[in-house]
Amino acid sequence: MSNKTALAEEAAPSQIESDPERIVNDLAIQVATVNGSGSQSSNLVLLRALFRMGIPVGGKNLFPSNIAGLPTWFTIRANRDGWVARKRNVDYLVALNPQTAVRDVESLSPGSAVVYEESLRLERRRDDLVFYPAPFQELAAEVTREVRLRKLLANMIYVGLLGELLSIEVEEIFGAIDSQFRSKKAAVELNRRAVEIGIRHARENLVKRDPFTLERMDRNRGKILIDGNAAAGLGAMFGGASVATWYPITPSSSVVEQLTGFLKRYRKGPDGKATYAVVQAEDELAAVGMALAAGWAGARAMTATSGPGISLMSEFVGLGYYAEIPLVIWNIQRVGPSTGLPTRTAQGDILSTYALSHGDTKHVCLLPASTRECFEFGWRAFDLAERLQTPVFVLSDLDLGMNIWATEPFEYPDRPMDRGKVLTREDLERLGGTFQRYADVDGDAIPYRTLPGTEHPGAAYFTRGSGHDESAEYTESEEAYVRIMTRLDRKFETAREMVPPPVVDQAEPVSPLGIIGFGSSDPAIEEARNRLREDAAIEMDYLRPRALPFCPSVLDFIASHQRVVVLDQNRDGQLLQLLRAEYGDRIPPGVLRSLRHYSGHPMDAQTIVDYVTEMEIGAA
Amino acid sequence: MPAPDASSRPRKVNRLGLTPSDYKGKPSTLCKGCGHDAISSQLIRAFFESDVRPHQVAKLSGIGCSSKTPAYFLNHSHGFNAVHGRMPSVATGAVLANRQLVAVGVSGDGDTASIGIGQFVHLVRRNLPLIYIVENNGVYGLTKGQFSATADENAALRSGEVNRLPNIDLCGMAIELGATYVARSFAGDPKQLVALLRGALSHNGTAVIDILSPCVTFNNHAGSTKSYTWGKDNEEPIHILDFVPAMDQIEVEYEEGTDQEVQLHDGSWVRLRKLERGYDPTDRRAAQELVLEANEKNLFLTGLLYLDTSKRTFLDSLELCDEPLALLSEDQLRPPPEVLDEVVASYR
Repeated sequence: MSNKTALAEEAAPSQIESDPERIVNDLAIQVATVNGSGSQSSNLVLLRALFRMGIPVGGKNLFPSNIAGLPTWFTIRANRDGWVARKRNVDYLVALNPQTAVRDVESLSPGSAVVYEESLRLERRRDDLVFYPAPFQELAAEVTREVRLRKLLANMIYVGLLGELLSIEVEEIFGAIDSQFRSKKAAVELNRRAVEIGIRHARENLVKRDPFTLERMDRNRGKILIDGNAAAGLGAMFGGASVATWYPITPSSSVVEQLTGFLKRYRKGPDGKATYAVVQAEDELAAVGMALAAGWAGARAMTATSGPGISLMSEFVGLGYYAEIPLVIWNIQRVGPSTGLPTRTAQGDILSTYALSHGDTKHVCLLPASTRECFEFGWRAFDLAERLQTPVFVLSDLDLGMNIWATEPFEYPDRPMDRGKVLTREDLERLGGTFQRYADVDGDAIPYRTLPGTEHPGAAYFTRGSGHDESAEYTESEEAYVRIMTRLDRKFETAREMVPPPVVDQAEPVSPLGIIGFGSSDPAIEEARNRLREDAAIEMDYLRPRALPFCPSVLDFIASHQRVVVLDQNRDGQLLQLLRAEYGDRIPPGVLRSLRHYSGHPMDAQTIVDYVTEMEIGAA
Repeated sequence: MPAPDASSRPRKVNRLGLTPSDYKGKPSTLCKGCGHDAISSQLIRAFFESDVRPHQVAKLSGIGCSSKTPAYFLNHSHGFNAVHGRMPSVATGAVLANRQLVAVGVSGDGDTASIGIGQFVHLVRRNLPLIYIVENNGVYGLTKGQFSATADENAALRSGEVNRLPNIDLCGMAIELGATYVARSFAGDPKQLVALLRGALSHNGTAVIDILSPCVTFNNHAGSTKSYTWGKDNEEPIHILDFVPAMDQIEVEYEEGTDQEVQLHDGSWVRLRKLERGYDPTDRRAAQELVLEANEKNLFLTGLLYLDTSKRTFLDSLELCDEPLALLSEDQLRPPPEVLDEVVASYR
């Protein structure tokens, strides 16, 4: 993981000179529209145009659980220093949704700019903003007479308006349109015209009165724009996923959907037949049952779901743990409990997933924080599952999974697949025809298994969720039960040595202050650390766990700091609870401080800066 | 093991050179006289007689008395006793991973008609190659005798409790949902059961066999419609059914008009000697009417209710490669670095 290098690059000072009159390459644009109005293409074109100008950029879609009619907001943050986490203040608002326009305008900071449908008359609402009205429907009517298309193209008009107001290069907008609509020539032409009309309207009718502007940089060379779920699907394909069974649920659906797209293209045999099976099951119980049995029979099996689906999978996951069956489960977390806010982001399942099912269970969980890690864990999760013979979870979330991130390209797996301890017919012949399914032969608490269909009379064994001994025979013997459960506990210690270690970044000598956070909190934490360093001369060391169970370096980090902020995107401080459960009284009282963010919005740096600043004033 | 010359083979050795005891399982822990044990015996016989290679078999089950039985037959086959009502999904996963497996799923009436009915429905709809056996006794045995959803209306428990709800007819559902081999049988009719099991082994698709399998402890009393006595007194075969292996076909006499023969996927045949009803199991509407009639008149009609040898299986729909997915090599599973470069370029 080149996390350190990435940090060094982000921290490099930008080459753009500061001019008090102009704010260059540092703004958040928010587009407020109605769900289903077709604004997503325009927003992606805008995002990609900025990306093509070499400016660090990220896009976040705040959308309702609805097909059409409810409000939706798309936020693009461009930042010359590479900070693209959510920013609480919006600098440029595009207000096209009458339902939310007034509230959206009221929430802006003084000096922000508003591009809006002129019939909304928003200019009467505030006198400390810069207003840019435009007759969107009228302008769209110039592009096409077709009513349905006109509605869609009204969205591309604002791309042109913003292009002119913010100095976005027209060629890059056109390039982004080409890439968005690819081979659809007619669509490309219409959208280009809409952009041109937007630009013309701005030139002829609007006077630039805000300080925000965009200039070409060179920060995106070689990079790609991708969402975490696509990266996960791609990683899974390179991990050799052969059976993927799932049930649709936001925000995880696009993991298997995008995986399926890759498989269709790149995983057909010479005869054109599939080297994979993807099944949309009748529910999550069936999805996980299919995947578990496929893993049992030797496939690289996976499923992807979100909170409610995880709950339904609970019983099978316990069986998988106790019967020791490899399986990969992606949990793209969203806000719960119950349906909660199904289209908003959270890290609320880490505690329940870690201990999912009944009885004594605990599971290996991988915690990706970037699209690169979604890709990497996409393939590594299979190696871990097959090596450890257990269900392995990957906990992403809606922010990471469904939003769009600029990233260095992914690295091809650096090692061959690890298919784990599987005995073949030849192995059995060498062993004299017998083996014990649940015996610890190698001292690492990982037993050997055979696959159904192995042509040897000694290969078969009987898999069951009820009490069993080392030979997989049914037993209710308390000694056998305790032996098996104790070995499973030791196997978890083996897992601890195999999972990706935390990423630690600390000052020399270490600061008294540290922060522990995981997953999609990472960009906000890095931005907050930078701001605390630059604005308040506060050094905050950082440990980011990339897996459960925790590696020993987590305790070392806590022990070497006086105050450690534990950042959770959930109400109850679940990561904090896991740390307390793991280390108990080895952590002196008062060291761990809990910062919890659970509004459903992606994590932002300001929340961390405010919390730490107040805490440090208290500590001083 | 080398296959001995058919003519010289001693009795009780099949074409693989295996004896019936090579198909046995562990000793049963069910109640003495349980219908399920009779079914296990017929499974052993059918797999032996059809020369099935034990290592190629996967035995799948859910939870319940019935679901314990895969431990009691085919010791040399992998078995997976999973969670309650979920045998269909487990069977699906195993077959997807290795399409060469001969999958036999054992379930019960609680496992299939109540907790697992959703998975039953969707499995049948997909036509996954699987022998789906329902050991149907109308009660929950392991939890001590509660009614299941296949208990007949007005049937009584030993305690006197009467079932006031209509029964779910799993064969009727299976036909409705597009199953391709649907049979009803009786644990007390071994001859018919073996023929049906052998037919199912030769069929390519989902074979649902709903077998009245009396629970000697909780549902074998007078007043029960799932008892041995009731079954013996009421069983009405709709035809006399013979399984004819492909190689034996030449020896079979065929009687025009009274016999019907249908060729199965592997070249073998089912031969049906028609009885009074003159029933044709390849007629789906007739099959549905037969099930309706049986339910209305409380008849225990057994035999092959429905057979469709033309429908494509789930594996065909998925266009799976011939080699088991579980056995694909890294070369087949992980595309080369150039593919990653190509995909990455498409995100620029």
